[in-house]
Amino acid sequence: MSSQAELDKVIRSEYEAGFTTLVESDTLPPGLSEDVIRFISAKKGEPEWLLEWRLEAYRKWREMPEPEWAHLHYPKVDYDAISYYSAPKSMEDRPKSLDEVDPELLDTYKKLGIPLHEQEMLAGVAVDAVFDSVSIGTTFKEKLAEAGVIFCSISEAVQEHPELVRQYLGSVVPKSDNFFAGLNSAVFTDGSFVYIPKGVRCPMELSTYFRINEANTGQFERTLIVADEGSYVSYLEGCTAPQRDENQLHAAVVELVALPGAEIKYSTVQNWYPGDEDGKGGIYNFVTKRGVAHDHAKISWTQVETGSAITWKYPSVVLRGDHSVGEFYSVALTRHAQQADTGTKMIHLGKNTKSTIVSKGISAGKSSNAYRGLVRMGPRAENARNFTQCDSLLLGDRCGAHTFPYIESKHPSATVEHEATTSKVSDDQLFLCRQRGIDPEKAISMIVNGFCKEVFKELPMEFAVEAGKLLEVSLEGAVG
Amino acid sequence: MLEIRDLHAAVNGKAILKGLDLTVNPGEVHAIMGPNGSGKSTLANVLAGRDNYEITGGQAILDGHDLAELEPEERAQAGLFLAFQYPVEIPGVSNMEFLKAALEAVRKAQGKEEWDSVTLLRKAREACKQVNLDAQFLKRGVNEGFSGGEKKRNEIMQMLLMEPRLALLDETDSGLDIDALQTVARGVNSLRSPERGIVLVTHYQRLLDYIVPDHVHVLSDGRIIKSGGKELALELEQKGYGWLTGEEESA
Repeated sequence: MSSQAELDKVIRSEYEAGFTTLVESDTLPPGLSEDVIRFISAKKGEPEWLLEWRLEAYRKWREMPEPEWAHLHYPKVDYDAISYYSAPKSMEDRPKSLDEVDPELLDTYKKLGIPLHEQEMLAGVAVDAVFDSVSIGTTFKEKLAEAGVIFCSISEAVQEHPELVRQYLGSVVPKSDNFFAGLNSAVFTDGSFVYIPKGVRCPMELSTYFRINEANTGQFERTLIVADEGSYVSYLEGCTAPQRDENQLHAAVVELVALPGAEIKYSTVQNWYPGDEDGKGGIYNFVTKRGVAHDHAKISWTQVETGSAITWKYPSVVLRGDHSVGEFYSVALTRHAQQADTGTKMIHLGKNTKSTIVSKGISAGKSSNAYRGLVRMGPRAENARNFTQCDSLLLGDRCGAHTFPYIESKHPSATVEHEATTSKVSDDQLFLCRQRGIDPEKAISMIVNGFCKEVFKELPMEFAVEAGKLLEVSLEGAVG
Repeated sequence: MLEIRDLHAAVNGKAILKGLDLTVNPGEVHAIMGPNGSGKSTLANVLAGRDNYEITGGQAILDGHDLAELEPEERAQAGLFLAFQYPVEIPGVSNMEFLKAALEAVRKAQGKEEWDSVTLLRKAREACKQVNLDAQFLKRGVNEGFSGGEKKRNEIMQMLLMEPRLALLDETDSGLDIDALQTVARGVNSLRSPERGIVLVTHYQRLLDYIVPDHVHVLSDGRIIKSGGKELALELEQKGYGWLTGEEESA
């Protein structure tokens, strides 16, 4: 059998999270207007300032053009055909504890491998589960509270910690930052909020699982993480969606604030439905993720992206403080007709700032995978250093890999290094494995895993295993 | 155990083997010699099932299996091992991880008991020692950054662990200094057994000083033109290939 045929076989696998949950939902009719925003805000019982903030974002958004510079091709999104709010009916009277949550919902998460019952919980991981537009529950709240850690849905935070939300919301990603962030600011529904007090090392991993269920619904979550001076937190998000023929929009905003000496480690395992072999269906993922690192603070993004029909995502770090550190480790796998334009921005403002970028792109099938990265050394960025390594791996000969690095340096003492490679899983590598008795499917997943090793070792233990498996499954019936 | 009858094979459509016959019985060591371009490496790769190496006529039977009908991994599972002339690197996949996958697949197919990780590690360390490779090599990526000699020894190390029924060594001696050559030969000799066949593909007689073959065959233009005992190799050493092929030797 030719290696192309082998690859094709290996590439065609099923999307395991593609089921739909039958819950009665309270879904807003499609369309966006100030009234819709007022409805969302009222539904969430938000204070006046937040409604005003949303409306202002909406007015600015209407003036903004949709970005077209990315290496992506997709039909224009009709923003009036999307519903901006959907919540399971049973959430009407918010459950007070997880025991009161609709069993159908708990089952959904169980099927996805995320048990929300405290007794079955992943040891040492606190989970916030977001279903369509609302958070359905957060685990280990009490235990975290003992350490002074706040981990709840952002809606809850607006009610219970308004001063923190007001201070930091939009402080990293302003509401008119870009088209998708503007839209998110106007209509964001839920997401997670984390606050780690001064000097506290968060006693467990925090994690949010996002699930889009309802058809024709957009998911616009907003996550805000504030790590106060000298604190540490490791946070993981996972994402899945049912298999549907139409495209669904996901436009999230994540803001990280690492105050002096704090460290935030943010990991993503993204497995939104990627669409079928011909590119029908799948999630449009337009996400703005950014962190600000103050003096001696560190922000580290690790992402494993295997899903979505379209990925437009550049987790970035503004290295505002002196001696701050930014890291970006990424594995992006595209297959079928998936398109990804992803990378990072490292904005060095402070002195002696340091950033590392390791990006691994894997393209299979007819997919297109682009790395786009910006490293900017500001005029005050004395002795700032960046190292970028950008590797692409091609499976088969119908896919594409592109690299768009942008470097701007305004300080003579700044150092920027960039290394890039493109390789193919070679017939020789495959033959060596097969000659040792290893079947081609296993061989390809082994070779790809080896290629990603540098990134996987940055993930928290349990999730590194999960990411490896996800890659294997994605490569199985589905790597094209 | 290996019966090759009137084997014809083409590489990318070009006929290379043109009616080759060879019988290897258990316990025997055969050396296939010949000038460059005679088809020695093609034979090894055809038997192992490399892409674009196509059997166009005749048969190669290993223990009753028609090799042409088996995928490369099935041939390996049937006990065929090829030590590569140019072992390729697989970055990020550790030697150990690779061996584990290979041994699991092959031992399972052969109905042998599975080795637990402790046993595997112990055996792998022993095998490394046998070919003079530091056990640290088990943790490194497959052939990643290895020197030429280390890659060859790594192949022999794997062969020791895989315990093949039929071992094919494709120019394993090329690029080795005398110490490494002796190390490799010791490894191969330790595998000689009444149940196993070994086929050495080599250009030079040098290797055969250390691994003494039972049979020597000269391959030229895709056919075996002369067979003999170990003394044939010595004769070739003195006279070159020209007196057999009637051509100037190109190497």
